[in-house]
Amino acid sequence: MNWTNILTVYLKELKDSLRDRRTLISMVVIPTIAMPGLFALVAFISFKVASEVAATAPTIMVIGGDDSPRVRGALIAHPTVKVLPIAGAWKQQIADKQLRAAVELPAGLDAALERGESPGITVYNYDGEMRSGRAVQEVRAFFSAYAETIVVARLGERGLTPAAIKPLVVKTENVAPPEKVGGNVIGGFIPYFFLILAFTGAMYTAMDLTAGEKERGTMETLLCSPVGRGDIVVGKFLMILTASLGTVACSLVSMGVTLTVGGALLVQKIGAAGTAAATRSADRFSAMMTLDPLGLIGVLGMLLPMVVLFSAALFAISLLAKNYKEAQTYVSPLIIVILMPAMIGMLPGVELNWRLALVPVLNVSLASKELVSGVWHWDLLALIFGSSCVYAAVALWLAVKMFNREDVIFRA
Amino acid sequence: MIEARHLTKTFRDKRRGEIRAADDISFHVSPGQIYGLLGANGAGKTTTLRLLATLLKPTGGSATVAGFDVARQPEKVRANVGFLAASTALYGRLTAREMIAYFGKLNGLPDAEIRGRTKRIADELDMHEFLDRRCDKFSTGMKQKTSIARTLIHDPAVMIFDEPTLGLDVMTARAIVKFVRECRNRGKTVIYSTHVMSEVEKLCDTIGIIHGGKLMAEGTLAGLRATHGEQDMEEIFVKIVGAEDAK
Repeated sequence: MNWTNILTVYLKELKDSLRDRRTLISMVVIPTIAMPGLFALVAFISFKVASEVAATAPTIMVIGGDDSPRVRGALIAHPTVKVLPIAGAWKQQIADKQLRAAVELPAGLDAALERGESPGITVYNYDGEMRSGRAVQEVRAFFSAYAETIVVARLGERGLTPAAIKPLVVKTENVAPPEKVGGNVIGGFIPYFFLILAFTGAMYTAMDLTAGEKERGTMETLLCSPVGRGDIVVGKFLMILTASLGTVACSLVSMGVTLTVGGALLVQKIGAAGTAAATRSADRFSAMMTLDPLGLIGVLGMLLPMVVLFSAALFAISLLAKNYKEAQTYVSPLIIVILMPAMIGMLPGVELNWRLALVPVLNVSLASKELVSGVWHWDLLALIFGSSCVYAAVALWLAVKMFNREDVIFRA
Repeated sequence: MIEARHLTKTFRDKRRGEIRAADDISFHVSPGQIYGLLGANGAGKTTTLRLLATLLKPTGGSATVAGFDVARQPEKVRANVGFLAASTALYGRLTAREMIAYFGKLNGLPDAEIRGRTKRIADELDMHEFLDRRCDKFSTGMKQKTSIARTLIHDPAVMIFDEPTLGLDVMTARAIVKFVRECRNRGKTVIYSTHVMSEVEKLCDTIGIIHGGKLMAEGTLAGLRATHGEQDMEEIFVKIVGAEDAK
């Protein structure tokens, strides 16, 4: 292996790639502008919709209850819902999203409550619909508060305090540091994004440097030089690796900026209402945005052999194709192969163990989830790193083998 | 010097079985000589030349190029060979100067020497006007000149041309033929493949007629004319190849 030749090949490929608009788009523009822009847009739209839902009182109808003016009157006067007069087919209106919910009060509700009975109230809603869900939430909150006053009154009549029926008060308090909370909530997404970006970053350059060169006729020109085939493979492979790592680095910087600046703005906006609920939401969101920096470094360390594996595998596969179009046919479906284990890694309950530590992509995905939460299983991490290095070495060896095959290089 | 001894190359094809693209080919080319390999498309010219340029490995026989064995010392062979084919393209995103310098570096030349040689070659081929422009904007003539400069940068003793005038206009083809002749005049060993009879007549000292992977006939133009009783190269070619096809 001649490192001068490898460097010559690498520097030429670097110069060539940096002059290629498509490489720049996939390596710089997509991870730094398009992806964070897309995330910011999604976050902005979600926040706007959520704020809108929170700010608008949902519309409901009250069915029955004409003989119970106390309950009905209190519900109509409740400020967080807007009660509409009964008109038309209200069930259809809920299904058509013109009405968010309907509350059916049983006959003689006021009287039944006075008698100390426990009558049932039905709330009609649209399952899974955000605004209908909020209407149900407001109606439930109203009836809980209303029931609470009745309970207090009934207990008072018997000379008891509310503590008589609530001897224990259970409250929860988070003791995990914010970065662990954040790691747990969004930790699964971090490796998922980086794995996909590492793969897509390597994809275009791998196809261009192999099938693209064959198609343009420059591969034969290059093979005329006295440089050993192994040196050419390593030089080209290093360029693919650079493209992949460059994409990850660009996305890391842009995501960091997006999360820090955009996240702070969003937290400020969420907490602007000043209410206790708003402050709670802002704190929760703020915790989500906090990640253990050491864990992030760990994730990048684990990703490194995976990036090598992607680069070498994409090199070997693209080399099989006789032109760029054919390479796209071979390589594009591989995104699914990467996506599936990365997605399984995001599922709650899938935990890292000795067997899963040997499954490429899934192992790194699971380990990364733990790393950003501050959990370091050194033995499993060593196994994952080691096995990923072995897979990467095999893929690179395969790429060199393929490059030495005449039927692959001169396939027409 | 080129010495091919029973050079053979077989390929396996799923439908056609074993294909003998080069079948027991032997010939000799001395320095200062142009050897013309004449054959129809698919005759085995490119395979033979790729074997000599070590782009392919022989399945039988052997060959030495500039004193090095093609099977055992492929890198040394390539360091002494300038290979120019219709299929060897340029890197479109590099300038002509960068393209030439890249191949200079791949051939182990120091930067100062590359600069000096580039200037000399650019003077000879009148390339200064487009030396710092990207190759993807070049005309066919500019591309051919840059390709020639790329093959010459390491001053190889042996030049291998595989149908270098294929698809070129008359003026550019003439410039290539002139350049090949100059290579001979400089004492280089030249092998030139073509299916254009007139080029062979104008250029080659020795002619080898290849058909079906076999070297069917070999000799000087005068020798072939005398042996086959024809003056026209095309008639000689048809006589030799036709006789084989009639078998």
